[in-house]
Amino acid sequence: MNILTNAQLWASTLAMAVPLALPAIGGTFSERTGVVNIAMEGIMLMGAFFGVAFSYWTGSAWVGLLCGLIMGGLLSAVFAWAAIRLAADQVVLGMAINIFAAGLTAFLLDTIFGFGGTPPQTPQLPTLSIPVLSSIPFIGAFFTNQSVLVYVMLVIVVLSHWFLFHTRIGLRMRSVGENPLAADTAGLNVWRLRYAGVIIGGVLSALGGVYLSLGILNSFDVNMTNGRGYIALAAMIFGKWTPLGSFAASLLFGFATALGIALQNHGISANLLGMLPYLLTILALAGLVGRSKAPAADGIPYNPQR
Amino acid sequence: MKHIMRALATPVIASLLAIIIGGIIAAAIGYNPLQVYGALISGAFGNAANIGYTLAIATPLILIGLGIAISFRAGLFNIGAEGQYWVSVMAATWVGYHFTGLPGWLHVILCLVVAMLVGGLWAGIIPGLAKAYRGAHEVITTMMMSYTGILLCKYMIEDGPMRKPGYIPESYPIPQNTWLPTLIPQSQLTIGIVIAIVAVVVVWFVLFHTTLGFQLRVVGSNPRAARYAGIRVPLYTVLALGISGVLSGLAGGVQLLAIDHRLAEGFNTGYGFTGIVVALLARNNPFGVIVAAVFFAALSTGGQNMQQVTNIPASLTDVLTGLIIFFVAAERIVPQVIQWYKRWTSRASTSISEEGPKPA
Amino acid sequence: MTSFLEVVDLVKHFPGVKANDGVNLTLHKGEVHSILGENGAGKSTLMKLIYGLYQPDSGEIRLEGKPVKFHSPRDAIRAGIGMVHQHFMLIPALTVADNIVLGDEPGGITYKRAEAEKKVRELSEKYRLEVDPSAKVEQLSVGLQQRVEILKALYRKAKVLILDEPTAVLTPQETEELFSVVRHLKSQGIPVLFISHKLDEVRAIADRVTVMRAGKTVETLPIGDATPQQLANLMVGREVVLRVEKTKANPGEVILDVQQLRVNDTARREKVRNVSFQIRAGEIFGIAGIDGNGQTELVDAIAGLLPIVGGRLRFLGRDITRLSTAERTKAGIAYVPQDRQLDGLVLDFTLTENAILRDFKRKPFSKGGILFHKPAKTYAERLINLFDVRPRDVNRHAGDLSGGNQQKVILAREVSREPHLLIAVQPTRGLDVGAIEGIHKQLLRLRDEGKAILLVSLELDEILSLSDRIGVIHSGEMVGIVPGESATREQLGLLMTGVTNGEATEVTTR
Repeated sequence: MNILTNAQLWASTLAMAVPLALPAIGGTFSERTGVVNIAMEGIMLMGAFFGVAFSYWTGSAWVGLLCGLIMGGLLSAVFAWAAIRLAADQVVLGMAINIFAAGLTAFLLDTIFGFGGTPPQTPQLPTLSIPVLSSIPFIGAFFTNQSVLVYVMLVIVVLSHWFLFHTRIGLRMRSVGENPLAADTAGLNVWRLRYAGVIIGGVLSALGGVYLSLGILNSFDVNMTNGRGYIALAAMIFGKWTPLGSFAASLLFGFATALGIALQNHGISANLLGMLPYLLTILALAGLVGRSKAPAADGIPYNPQR
Repeated sequence: MKHIMRALATPVIASLLAIIIGGIIAAAIGYNPLQVYGALISGAFGNAANIGYTLAIATPLILIGLGIAISFRAGLFNIGAEGQYWVSVMAATWVGYHFTGLPGWLHVILCLVVAMLVGGLWAGIIPGLAKAYRGAHEVITTMMMSYTGILLCKYMIEDGPMRKPGYIPESYPIPQNTWLPTLIPQSQLTIGIVIAIVAVVVVWFVLFHTTLGFQLRVVGSNPRAARYAGIRVPLYTVLALGISGVLSGLAGGVQLLAIDHRLAEGFNTGYGFTGIVVALLARNNPFGVIVAAVFFAALSTGGQNMQQVTNIPASLTDVLTGLIIFFVAAERIVPQVIQWYKRWTSRASTSISEEGPKPA
Repeated sequence: MTSFLEVVDLVKHFPGVKANDGVNLTLHKGEVHSILGENGAGKSTLMKLIYGLYQPDSGEIRLEGKPVKFHSPRDAIRAGIGMVHQHFMLIPALTVADNIVLGDEPGGITYKRAEAEKKVRELSEKYRLEVDPSAKVEQLSVGLQQRVEILKALYRKAKVLILDEPTAVLTPQETEELFSVVRHLKSQGIPVLFISHKLDEVRAIADRVTVMRAGKTVETLPIGDATPQQLANLMVGREVVLRVEKTKANPGEVILDVQQLRVNDTARREKVRNVSFQIRAGEIFGIAGIDGNGQTELVDAIAGLLPIVGGRLRFLGRDITRLSTAERTKAGIAYVPQDRQLDGLVLDFTLTENAILRDFKRKPFSKGGILFHKPAKTYAERLINLFDVRPRDVNRHAGDLSGGNQQKVILAREVSREPHLLIAVQPTRGLDVGAIEGIHKQLLRLRDEGKAILLVSLELDEILSLSDRIGVIHSGEMVGIVPGESATREQLGLLMTGVTNGEATEVTTR
C-alpha cells in the first residue's frame, strides 16, 4: 500500500475536504440555533455561480468571492425569513432553495453567458505555498500550491469552534437551538440569533461553492456542486454538530474521495468508496457509531407570542 | 365544499405567484412572457404527441408522488425516492435480461414485482427500522440511502457486473417482449399511465377505507394516541416507508419497461425529487397527485419546447418549481403580506405613531 | 408599606377566552403575596403579562409608581422582575452557570466561564441556595433545578420574584426548603409573588392573598383574616361541597389483581417497586401521591403502554402480564389517559374517527381490514348525544372542541366499550367546576353499575370524595391502603411523604 505514503493523496484529501467542511460548518451554525438546513447544496451553487460571474465582470477574483458570499448570504436570508418568521417547514424550504438555486444558476448561465459556458479568461483565486511549512517533508504537501481558500478554511474551522463554544454570542446561539423559550425568557432575541445562525451558515456554504468555481477552477458548470451539499450535511451529522467534528468528518470523506480517485486504476470502484459518508452517517444516527444527537429544538419554529 | 376550496387555495396561489414571477423574469431579460408561456403550453399540450409525452413523464411522477404522499400521511418524510427508484430499476433490469425464457406477460409482472419489492425494502428496512427502533430521523436516512443506491447503480454499470461491453456505461437491455405496449402510436405513452391511475385509486381506498390506512393516519397525526389505541407504531412506521418505497419502485419498474429498457447514466432525471414536489402541491391527496404530476410534467415537456421556440433556457421551469415549493411551504406568506399592507396603510393614514412611551 | 408593583384593570383576550378580565393587584415592598385560584383562573396569564411574554389588551402595570410597558421579557428583566416559571426555563444540555448567566454573561466577546462560575458560587452562598455551578442541568434533581431558576432571577438583580406554582413538582422536604428560601429572600427585602392553587401552602407562606376566579381578581386580604373555607369559597365562587353525594359501595368479585408489580420508565429508571393491590367490581380505588411518584408508570403498565419488568397482572382471573395494549383493550380495560390532547385524541381527526380510535378493528366498524364509515358515524352520534358533547356534529375535528367536551368524548368512548375496568387518570384536570361535577357523577354511576374503577389524581379532594379505598404511592411503592370513608387529608399527606410507621395511625400498611 505505497499509495498511502503518497503525499499527493493527503494533499488532495485536504483539498477535497474544503467544499465539504465549509458548508458542514455552515450547517452547524444554522442547526445549532435550531434551524434545520438541507439547503447547503443550493446556496453553494449560488456562491459558485455569482463568484465566477462577478470575477469575470470585475476582473477581480476577490470581488467575485465577495459577491458570491453576498448572494449566498441573501438567499439564506430569504430561507431564514421563511423558516423563522413564517414558521415554514424547514426541510421543504431547504428543498425549495436547492431546486430554485439549481434552476436559477443554470438559467442565468445560459442567458448571460450563452450555451458555451463561462468565459475562459475569468480570473481565478490564487494558490499559495506557506514558506517554511511547505518545505517540511511529507507534511509539506499540505501547504504547497493549495488554493488560498484551503488556508482560509483552516482558520474558519478554528474560529468557528472558538466562536460557538467560547464566546458569549456562541453560548446564546446554542441556547436558542436547545430551548428557545428559555432563551427568550432570559431576555435573548431568539429570532435575531437564528437569523444570524442561518446567514452565517449561508455565507460559509457559499464560500464552499466559491472554492469549487474560483478556487479549483475559474468556471461555473450546471450543478457543479454535484451533491457535495448533501455530503456536507452528512459530515455535519457525523461530526455531531460541531465545527471540529464537521472538519474531521469532511477530512474522512475527502480522504474516501481522494482514495477513490487514486485507486481508480487499481480495480477498486470510486462509486463504492463514495458510499462511505452516507453509510457512516446512517450508522451514527442509529447510534451504532457514536450517538449523534441533534440540538433539542432543531427544526422547531419558535413563536414568541402564543 | 368550503374546505375543498381552502385546501386548493395554497397550491393554486403558490403556482400562480411562481408563474407571475417567472413572467417578470422573462420580461426582465427581454422576452415576451405571453409568448414564453404560450410556447410552454403548446409544448406540453399542443398536439396528441405532446400530450402523450407529457403524460408519459407524468406517469412516474404520479407513482412517486403517491408514495411520498403516503409517507407524509404517516408523519414521515421520505426524501429518498430518487434512490429507491434507481435501485428498483437496477433490480428490474437484472430480472429483465436474466429470465428471458419466461412468457412476456409473466416476465413483465415479475419485473414490476421485483422493482416494487426492492424499492420497498430500500426504504423500509434501513430507514424504517432505524426510525422505528433507534429514532434516527428519516429525512436524513432516506436521503443517505438514496445516494448510496445511486452510487450502487453507477457501480453496477460503470465497473460492476451489469455493464454491457462497450464505451457507454450502461446495462444490457431488457428483451422487447417485456416492453409495455404504447397507447398512442409513435409516442412514449404506454399503459404505464393506466397502472399509475389504478395505483391512485388503490392508495385512496387504502388510506381512507381500510384499517391499514386508518392506522397509518393515526400514527402520522398523533403517534402517542396511536400507542394508546393499541397500534404498533414501529410496525406502521416501517410499513409507511416501505409502501412509499414500493410505489417509487413501481415507478422505476414502469419507467424501465415503458421507456428506457436499460439501466444507463442518463436514467436519472430527478423524478424522485419532483415527486416530493408533486406530493406537496397535491397536499397528500391521492387524486391531487394526478393533477400535480401532470402540471410538473407539463413544465418539463413544455420547457423544452419553450427553449426551442423562444430561445429562453428550459431551466426557467426549475426556477418556477423551486418558487412553487417555496410558496407552498411558506403558505403564511400571504397573510403576512396582507398584514404588512394593513400596517403600512394605517401608518400612512394616522401618520403619527400611537405607540405609548417606551419602557424605562 | 409602599406599593412596589401594581396591576390596574388588566385585560387579555385570547380567541374565545377572556383569560384576564379586569385584574387588580398591589404588591408591597417586603411581603410575600399569594395569588390563589383554580386551574384556569387566569393566574399564569397574569404572570406572563407581568413578565412581558404577553401584551395586555388594556390596563396598566406600574412599577414603583411608574407605568411600564414590557414588550418582551427582556424589558421586564431589565426593570427588575424575576420569574420562576412552572415549567422550568432551563437548557438541560448546558451547565448551571451557563444557564444562570445566559443573556448577561461576563466577558467581552469571549465568554468567561470561570468568572461566571465564580459569580454563581458567590450568589448561591449569599442567598443560601447551594448548587454546583459546573454541573449540567440535565443531571440535577427537580428541586435543584428550581434553585437554578431562582438564582437566574437573582443574578439579574431581580427586585421582585414571581414563583408560578413552585411546589407542584416538589417533594414535601423540598417544599419546606423552598419556603425557607422565600423567607430568607423576604428578609433581604425582595418581595415575592407566590402563585398557587394549594390553600395550605398559601396559608403557610403568604402575608397577604389575592384570590382570582374566571380571569378576575375577586378579593385581596391579609392571610390572618381569612379562614380556609372563606378562601375556598372565593376561589370557586360558591359553597364548596367537599364530599360528593354517594351511596355505600357494594364490592363484588376481584376484577384486577396486581401482584408485586415492577415497572421502569422509558429511560429505564425504576419507577414502580413491588406494588400490589386488588380492585373489585363496584368500587372506586383511588391512588393518591405527589406527582412523579410512579402513578403514571403504574397505570401505563396496567394499560399495556409500558412493559412490566416483574410481578403479575391478573384481570378477571386471567394472566395479562404479557398481553399487548390492543389485547387488554379487547379484554375489557378502558383507559382515560392523563393528557387528553396528547394521548386520548387525534385532534385533526373527526369525532367519528376518534370515537372508533380504539375499536376500529372490530365489527361493525371494520371487517377483513375494510373500514365501514356508516356504523362508525351512527355510533359516534350516539356517544355525543349520550354524553351531551357540544357541538353535536360528528364531522367536527376533535381539536375544535373545548377541553371539557374533549374529555367527554374520551369518557364516552371508553365507557361505551362496556369495560370491566375503567382507569381514569386526572379525569378533571383543567376543567371548570360544572364539568368536573358531571365527570364525577359519571364515575360514580359506573361504579354503581358494577364496574371496577381505578382513579389516579393529584387532587386529594377528588380522591377523598370519590374513592371507596385509597392506595397511597410514594417513590414507586404502595405505602398504604386505607378505606375511603375514614381517610383524612392529614393521614394521606403523611403517607404521601413516605411516613409509614406509627405516626400515621389506623393505616394498614403492606
